[in-house]
Amino acid sequence: MSDALSFRFNVDGDDFTSAGQASVQVKKDLRRLGIPAEIIRRVSIAMYEGEINMVIHAGGGEAEVRVTEEAIEIILSDTGPGIADIDRAMQAGYSTAPDTIRSLGFGAGMGLPNMKRYTDYMDIQSTVGVGTTITMRVNLA
Amino acid sequence: MKISTIRELLSAEVLTGADRLEEHVYSACGSDMMSDVLAYVKDQAVLLTGLVNTQVVRTAEMMDMHCIVFVRSKQPTPEIVQLAEESGIVLMATPKRLYEACGILYSNGLVGNKVKE
Repeated sequence: MSDALSFRFNVDGDDFTSAGQASVQVKKDLRRLGIPAEIIRRVSIAMYEGEINMVIHAGGGEAEVRVTEEAIEIILSDTGPGIADIDRAMQAGYSTAPDTIRSLGFGAGMGLPNMKRYTDYMDIQSTVGVGTTITMRVNLA
Repeated sequence: MKISTIRELLSAEVLTGADRLEEHVYSACGSDMMSDVLAYVKDQAVLLTGLVNTQVVRTAEMMDMHCIVFVRSKQPTPEIVQLAEESGIVLMATPKRLYEACGILYSNGLVGNKVKE
């Protein structure tokens, strides 16, 4: 892979209101780089869903976005509770989010499926009690 | 459909973005679940919702939407209005319910999620 341009963010886990700030910033950064709008939308939606997940389930985490000539890669890592059953978590409509989150418009069990739908590659590494790292890639070429 | 027409049809109050009412929009969706909104990446320009929080504005921003209509006259906080202002999104509040508001726009020609070929 050619030289990557990299953006890093801390995702604050205490504040649902501010969730999504990193995705908004990434959207602006990618726009400045002249990335096509449709690609930016896919990247920012996937990252936004991931960010919301980190706030809901993991008490925050870290996000890194790497831009190369070939692809945009999003790496989300947290030290939260981990995902016990990844296959189940990937099913549309399955959620472990509490009702308080549902009343805020999330927790419909669409986050992970949306992330997969909008990216060309997605990998979940998770260990219960240790944390989760999700890598997503959207191809540019 | 012009955003100003949406305002008229829904007897809506403009909360921010009054200078962008002449913009044209071609599709809309109505939902209180933001992940359902985020599930359709095709151009959607207007979001009608009964949910009022900052994530509604962020969702609209991620989707490159132009306008949010809060139903049942729900009033957003100044923080939400400011976020919409910064994002260049028109905010409106209509006294109508979600079902009715969607129905009025639909029957006047704003027909849901248009899929671009």
